[in-house]
Amino acid sequence: MSEVTADTVGSIGPAEVPEVELYHAHTWLTKYVFCQDAKVIAIQYSLTAMAIGLVALVLSWLMRLQLAFPGEFSLIQSDNYYQFITMHGMIMVIYLLTALFLGGFGNYLIPLMVGARDMAFPYVNMLSYWIYLLAVLILVAGFFAPGGPTGAGWTLYPPQAILSGTPGHEWGIILMMASLILFIIGFTMGGLNYVVTVLQCRTRGMTLMRLPLTVWGIFTATVMALLAFPALFVGCVMMTLDRMLGTSFFMPSIVELGQQLTYSGGSPILFQHLFWFFGHPEVYIVALPAFGIVSDLISTHARKNIFGYRMMVWAIVGIGALSFIVWAHHMYVSGMDSYFGFFFATTTLIIAVPTAIKVYNWVLTLWRGDIHLTVPMLFALAFIVTFVNGGLTGLFLGNVVVDVPLSATLFVVAHFHMVMGVAPIMTVFGGIYHWYPKVTGRMLNETLGRVHFWVTFVGAYAIFFPMHYLGLLGVPRRYYELGDTAFIPPSAATLNVFITVAALIVGAAQMVFLFNLFWSLSRGKESGPNPWRANTLEWQTPQTPPGHGNWGKELPVVYRWPYDYSVPGAEQDFIPQNQPAFAKVG
Amino acid sequence: MPIVIALVLIAVGSVAFHLWNPWWLTPIASNWQYIDATIAITFWITGVVFTAVILFMAYCVFRFRHIPGRQAAYEPENKKLEWWLAIVTGVGVAAMLTPGLFVWSQFVTVPANATEFEAVGQQWNWAFRLPGKSGRLGTSDVKYISSDNPLGVNPNDPNGKDNIVIVGDDLHLPVGKPVKVLLRSVDVVHDFYVPEFRAKMDLMPGMVTRFWFTPIRTGEFEILCAGFCGVGHPQMRGKVVVDTESDYQTWLGKQQTFAQLSTPAK
Ligand code: HEM
Ligand SMILES: [Cu+2]
Ligand SMILES: [Cu+2]
Repeated sequence: MSEVTADTVGSIGPAEVPEVELYHAHTWLTKYVFCQDAKVIAIQYSLTAMAIGLVALVLSWLMRLQLAFPGEFSLIQSDNYYQFITMHGMIMVIYLLTALFLGGFGNYLIPLMVGARDMAFPYVNMLSYWIYLLAVLILVAGFFAPGGPTGAGWTLYPPQAILSGTPGHEWGIILMMASLILFIIGFTMGGLNYVVTVLQCRTRGMTLMRLPLTVWGIFTATVMALLAFPALFVGCVMMTLDRMLGTSFFMPSIVELGQQLTYSGGSPILFQHLFWFFGHPEVYIVALPAFGIVSDLISTHARKNIFGYRMMVWAIVGIGALSFIVWAHHMYVSGMDSYFGFFFATTTLIIAVPTAIKVYNWVLTLWRGDIHLTVPMLFALAFIVTFVNGGLTGLFLGNVVVDVPLSATLFVVAHFHMVMGVAPIMTVFGGIYHWYPKVTGRMLNETLGRVHFWVTFVGAYAIFFPMHYLGLLGVPRRYYELGDTAFIPPSAATLNVFITVAALIVGAAQMVFLFNLFWSLSRGKESGPNPWRANTLEWQTPQTPPGHGNWGKELPVVYRWPYDYSVPGAEQDFIPQNQPAFAKVG
Repeated sequence: MPIVIALVLIAVGSVAFHLWNPWWLTPIASNWQYIDATIAITFWITGVVFTAVILFMAYCVFRFRHIPGRQAAYEPENKKLEWWLAIVTGVGVAAMLTPGLFVWSQFVTVPANATEFEAVGQQWNWAFRLPGKSGRLGTSDVKYISSDNPLGVNPNDPNGKDNIVIVGDDLHLPVGKPVKVLLRSVDVVHDFYVPEFRAKMDLMPGMVTRFWFTPIRTGEFEILCAGFCGVGHPQMRGKVVVDTESDYQTWLGKQQTFAQLSTPAK
């Protein structure tokens, strides 16, 4: 494999275009607040995402309390329960995970990993964050609006979302639409940046097939998001028009509580197509960055090259492309033409093949490795477990007839939490433990990290694994209370209590993590520039944390792929990408 | 080392939990045993893969954990192995998809002798309509809905006159006869879901959706709404009673037609 061996220094040509002068911030405000440096923007994105994510976490406790002890809490009524569900789901998927992976990890890692001084368009990048922040604030405003935030479910299906049987139909839904529209505008600004930076700003020698898989994951996810979000965007605009101006894009003739409404002729199923044309790729927008990050964590901490790099890249690209033709597997029982079932079941199950290849390659990277069980490695292992589990239950739901009984039950809730909730969050944690030393110059506390890992991993598995079986039994999702239902035995209530206790414990463990983040900022062990002895460029910066412009005077030159770990005959068990030749032993 | 134990426990424990937990599919009451069979095939295949992958991982972590002096192997690719794994996966996927698509083709092919009935959803209750002697359901439209025509049956359509309208009461079906369910919503998306029948389908406002099944045992079954429809969603319940043919006929004889309902006795 030509990518693997180091090129001779002479074969890397001189830069074709001279470097442009980087902007320089002069005031405190432009340095730390309205900052154009991707590293600062990354931190702003990450902190905002984690703050709003905390709200979603608290909401999940409230929902779990209601499900375990129905009627015990006068605070939780049917209408605010649905508002909690909706806000929890939307925040977790969009405002936490999408923002954190792309805006957070993307901004920090892309320029550093490709050897650039910053993003291609730093000013637009800065705007991207501020628009995101505005979107978050508008979302939160829903909690204080008359009638509260929308309770339409994160899928926001009309007609229900804008009719009076749904909480928050007055203001909440409008604020949600406004917030999503802004989020998409802000994301587009950031997303164009990530794509252009990867394509145009790589340093000399950094061919596409030498990019770390983290960059491949984030890059592909961004391209997908740029193609998928517009569908949600138009859906939101049209629904806002239906709600505010009385148009009928999604509204057929309706009698609401005995009253004829003036809507007619619209198609609610059209919204579902638009929503899932965005919504399914969204799953992979969250998953692909996680795939990439996990690949790099495993390779670095197992001191071994990632197995089958080229296959991994093609799998990422293939999954990204295929995920645009599977969306209607969320609509098998929507009443769409029944022949769609054949097509979408087939495409959906085909995606399992590249996905499985990725899993095999992660596991085969461990095979004959030199596995250091660091905290990032533990989280990477936890990712594989939960992702395999959630991926396999996807084969149930993708196979159209099996989905018929299981759709809209707790089986679905358990499946998607495992695959796009728990698994990506494991990667987020692994990634933070891994890159925190680069961002701050200090290590996160190891003991606290292990406590956090064990409670989160075992707890999350205990929450979501048994839940599948309630779904198999037939317990529906989005039920404020189960009431007396003949087919649901009392033991189901016991399991619900168990799940809730586990959820509260897992939630508490996240406080340990937050404490660790702040405590280690000043008390953590100094890390030095490259504590994990990693190959990728971000660990080779002249300063840690990297300074403005990342690289000092000279941009790095790349001579090899990022996975030269444990190369036979090399003196050390790693050879950074910018190291031309390696010293042989003896 | 704790992680090795945890991985083994997860693999073994998940299988044990699967085998011995008390929650499982409800006893089936319709002809869709094939769906249950497809679920069983899927459990077998995915279960084997899950345990194999997790146990293999546990072995790797145990066998190749860092000890002083260990050096990892250097093996960027192994085309043959990668292709083999891809092919085996493809075969496994096909083994689940093929039966799945066969069953789906049955699911979407309504038998010619199926009798129709209609389930109508509105926030937050169920109503039903059965054809009368003529065997036909009259046309309907949301615009005809009024207090004495809650289902919006077209008053000008002769086929609608003898239709049996059931509001606020249980639905009865005869055992052993295939039925085609026509679904209609007058307001938002609902979903007709009886866990024991396995089948379910959304009620999509503005459309008539459909599915079919054959009840195979008598009894009472709860109808749940499985399409989130607003604050009353969990309370949107109904009941379907599967009767023997003679019980069914007795029940049918006592029901009111659309014509009787819309011109109430003076
Ligand atoms: C320990 C952490 C979590 C707990 C305890 C939890 C709990 C819940 C509960 C109880 C529901 C409602 C289920 C129902 O409909 O009956 C729910 C819904 C949901 N959750 Fe989570 N969740 C957690 C983390 C996450 C994460 C990380 C994500 C990110 C993908 C996520 C995404 C969602 C979504 C999309 C919904 C569906 C909302 C809807 O039905 O509209 N959750 N969660
Ligand atoms: Cu999907
Ligand atoms: Cu409902």
